[in-house]
Parts: sequence; structure tokens; C-alpha cells
Amino acid sequence: MSHDAKSPAQAHAHPTGATYLKVAVILTVITIVEVWAYYIPALVASPLFNPSLIIMSAAKFAIVVLFYMHLKYDHKLFKALFTGPLIIAGATILALLFLFAKISL
Amino acid sequence: MASHAIAGHDDGHAHTHHTTTGLDNRKIAIWAFIGSECMLFASLISTYLIYKGKSLVGPYPHTEYTDAAGKVFPAILDIPVTSASTFVLLMSSLAMVLALQAVQLKGTPLPANAGWWTRAQRSSQLWLGMTALLGATFLGFQAYEFTAFVREGLTIKTNLFGSTFFTLTGFHGAHVTVGVLWLMSLLWIDRTRGLGPKDELVVDIAALYWHFVDVVWIVIFTLIYLIQ
Repeated sequence: MSHDAKSPAQAHAHPTGATYLKVAVILTVITIVEVWAYYIPALVASPLFNPSLIIMSAAKFAIVVLFYMHLKYDHKLFKALFTGPLIIAGATILALLFLFAKISL
Repeated sequence: MASHAIAGHDDGHAHTHHTTTGLDNRKIAIWAFIGSECMLFASLISTYLIYKGKSLVGPYPHTEYTDAAGKVFPAILDIPVTSASTFVLLMSSLAMVLALQAVQLKGTPLPANAGWWTRAQRSSQLWLGMTALLGATFLGFQAYEFTAFVREGLTIKTNLFGSTFFTLTGFHGAHVTVGVLWLMSLLWIDRTRGLGPKDELVVDIAALYWHFVDVVWIVIFTLIYLIQ
């Protein structure tokens, strides 16, 4: 297998310290919103509460993986090594939750 | 044997042994390990979710419980404390990525008008030490939480919530502990012989592990602590 087919400009497009700080601010803001929502009874009672929390958590997960773990800039083999098992892991959780009737269609 | 195969970022910084993939085997190994860890934590999270709400006796995570003797157990999860520990772990990821950047930049000349932030960004010891300290602080929060739970009547044997909660968060805490020890060993190497661009991959592998521990906590924090 050859190296990833990236142009030299793309290959050197690493985030700077300022980007890392911005990512940290975004992660902090999302966490504050999550915890704030937890203390609003009307929001907790809403059917959108759990999906919203899962979406915010998934966003934080993706931001850390893409920017701090550099997967956005890394070789496709590394992307495959991470996303493959991650998809299997997610599918396993969903399958088990269906199997034990914790969620239904 | 040594050639110009590249460690993975295709950035030409880290030269290593030739491999058939053109990628360093150590970096492939850490990503494969992280992939396997995804499935380990998926099994633990699945177990927690399946048994969620099935405890016959309290204490419960989000609701009050009164036992047969009339003793009242308040909801046991302490969201403010856990929010603080979550923030600490998120900041440790920032410190870790800055440590990697500092190692990559070591040896490059500083601009004449470099301010304190530019200088701080070159200090790998500062950021490695900061990451280890924040990781240890997270463990301190977890130790406080566990002892508080035991004092309030929740142990790993009390109910299904206790069993699955302590197993999942305990496994995560063990991973953080390994990460802190790993970071301290890197800090010791940095203090004795100095880490530089040639060591980028060694620090990158530790960083990938550390960030993975962080993303696992992001999931745990939402699924266990916030979703009721």
C-alpha cells in the first residue's frame, strides 16, 4: 500500500495551537449546555432531551477524534482501523438494546 | 533497514523503518488497540444500559429511594462534581495535544518577539506535566465519588446499578491510571534526555491513548450521568 494520496499542502495542514484552543472552547461550551439542560425540568421532560444529549455527546466525540487525535488529517488506514470497530461497537450496543427491549421501533 | 517510510501523518517529521504499508507499525498497532478498546467499552456500556432501571433496591442514580425501614436515600449521582471532573479531563486533552505540538516544534528557532504563549507552546515538559496532573486530578475526583457512594450505601454488590456503574467507571479509571503512569514516564524521559521531533511518534501514540480515554468519558458522562 502506498502513502495516502494527499497534496503536500494537505499533508502539512496540521492544526495550530490556536485551533486546539478553539476546539477546547467548543468542547467546554457543549459540556456547559449539556449540564445546563440537565437542570431544566421542562427540558428533561421533553422527548427531545435524550436525543439532544446524544447528539451533543457525539459531536464532542467527533471533534476530539478529528482534531485532537488528528484523524481528519491522518492516513485512511488509521481511519478504517478506528471507524470499523466503532461501527461494530455501536451496532452491538443497538442490537443488545433491541434484544433486551430497552428500545423499540 | 532504516528508510523514509513515514509514521502516518505524511508530514515527513518522523522517519522510521520501512514497512509494506509505508506506515509505522507502532502507530497501526495503537489504532488497532484503540479499535479493540471501543468494543470493550461498548460491552460495558451495553451492560449498564440493559440493567438500567432494573435495580430492586436503592440507592438509585437519579431518583430518591426509601427502604423498608423508612431510611431515605437521595439520588446518588453528584452532577456538579462529575461536571468538574469532565471539564478537567477535557482540558487534559488540550494539554496533551499541546505537549505533542511542543515536541514537534522543539529545536525550531523562536521568533525574536516571541511572547509568553509562544514560549509556553515550546515546553513539552510543561504540557506533559500538566496532562499528568489533570489526569491525576480526575482520578482524585473519581476516588472522592466512589468513597462518597460507598458511604451513602452504594457498593458494587448493592444492586444492578452499583455493579454496572462501578465496573464501567472502574475500568475507565484504570485506563486513566495507566495513562497517567505513561505520561509520567514520558515526562521523566523528557527531563533526563529531552524529547524532540525524533520522538514525535512515541508521544503521538501516548496522546492517541489519552484522547481515547477522554472520548470514552464523553460517552460515559452523557449516558450514565445526564440521561435519566
